[in-house]
Amino acid sequence: MTELLQQLINGLALGSILALIALGYTMVYGILRFINFAHGDLFMLGAFAGFYISPAVAAVLPGPSLGSGLVVLGLAMLICAVLGVVIERVAYRPLRRRPKLTVLITAIGISLFLENTGQLVFGATPKKFPEIIPVYPVLKFGGLSITSSQLIVLGVTLLLLVALRHIVLKTRMGMAMRALAFNPEAAALMGINTDWIVSFTFGLGSALAAAAGILFAIVYPSIDPLMGILPGLKAFVAAVLGGIGNLPGAALGGILIGVTETLVAGYLSSTYRDAIAFGILIVILLVKPSGLLGKKEIEKV
Amino acid sequence: MLEIKNLQVSYGAIPALHGISLSVKAGSIVTLIGANGAGKTTALKAISGLLKPKTGEILYEGKNIAGLPPHHIVKLGLSHVPEGRMIFTNLTVLENLQLGAYLEKDRRVIRRELEHVFGLFPRLQERQPQLAGTLSGGEQQMLAIGRALMGRPRLLLLDEPSLGLAPLLIKTIFEKIVEINREQGLTVLLVEQNANLALEISHFGYVLETGRIALSGESASLRQNPQVQSAYLGG
Repeated sequence: MTELLQQLINGLALGSILALIALGYTMVYGILRFINFAHGDLFMLGAFAGFYISPAVAAVLPGPSLGSGLVVLGLAMLICAVLGVVIERVAYRPLRRRPKLTVLITAIGISLFLENTGQLVFGATPKKFPEIIPVYPVLKFGGLSITSSQLIVLGVTLLLLVALRHIVLKTRMGMAMRALAFNPEAAALMGINTDWIVSFTFGLGSALAAAAGILFAIVYPSIDPLMGILPGLKAFVAAVLGGIGNLPGAALGGILIGVTETLVAGYLSSTYRDAIAFGILIVILLVKPSGLLGKKEIEKV
Repeated sequence: MLEIKNLQVSYGAIPALHGISLSVKAGSIVTLIGANGAGKTTALKAISGLLKPKTGEILYEGKNIAGLPPHHIVKLGLSHVPEGRMIFTNLTVLENLQLGAYLEKDRRVIRRELEHVFGLFPRLQERQPQLAGTLSGGEQQMLAIGRALMGRPRLLLLDEPSLGLAPLLIKTIFEKIVEINREQGLTVLLVEQNANLALEISHFGYVLETGRIALSGESASLRQNPQVQSAYLGG
């Protein structure tokens, strides 16, 4: 029983990270109807941004403390938001009226570009992520152990989900995003600058990916330029599982995949760890391609 | 108020408008009638910026707006109620109306416009919290017009407001259009297949045939025109 509880907590932490990445995939898909395959690399860049700015932050705010950790998190999110906006502006916007396949291939190209430039600039050998928050066991009960880092992951994710929900449902910008996702022409007729909203969406999604990168590095403090590939793919599966384009779906999908993966690794064999997400992808595509919370989309001809 | 000169629009290599010219006087209702595929919707889309014209000028209050992005054109006081209404069915009625006033930052102004639209279409007030997708066709058309009015336009482009509505509802909608025009002096450019009604409520009319203006004149005289009668008025 304790072991199951422990696995669930571990899974929830991993799932939260996947959920944050998945939200970026699903937001961009909702608005532009394309999968930004470079999204996982923003997760990596978020971790590296944290790696490089944490000494500077530590110089001002002696850490590790919750405060300095959150400052690093915020700055990394900001940096990646800017990067996401730039990538969209430079690589995707010129192709807005081209076939979706063109944009998709460009996204794969950007992904490879970021991974290889990362290896060139940061070096290919894994780096140890500094301790930006104090890590200690908060609760030890029998075999059960909850660490402060796990609580931070869950807490920050919850906070970001609430904030995102507020932005999307309660703000003018969020209303414009929903209008654009529904019908770009009609949105433009309302006076919405659609390019602006697309930039905003990329910035928002990239900031969430960066947050996921930092949280991941707090729990697994070894970072390298290819670290975004697997979590990126799993988060994509999470977005499809929840119903691509659906925000609560992406969060749910992320949690489900994280928990399932941890349970399988814990009770069956950790060999299958990475196969789980893709197994789920195959099943969902066969059984319910629109995803758990997605609506069936009618292809217009 | 609106002066179009030699407007040409193509979809790829296929020309849809072969250089049309028309003008809309401030305070009037002008209608553009014609059969399916004549280019009526294309003309409206070019005016509101959804389509980029190949050549030609669109002078709105003396300024050439041809080729400007739609969100700029809306800012100038020109609202377009598109064909098929394009209501955000995933949003509530209230949110749809708020989006219509997207460019307005003053909450008091938005509040006032909302009251005004509700005064015009009381049905929308009752349905505020409902998802727009649950409205009937007539209510959706009211919402589309109300949404466009929220932006306090000086020129309203209406694309086939009668589409798919029962005759009684069409009558209500057209009465509202006349009311808005008369009471607020809002200029209206109305595209319609229902030529009878359109010529009845408008001051001036243009007949569009396969991308060209075939006829134009005072609406009253167009209604008497035998050519118009046989082709569009079922006479």
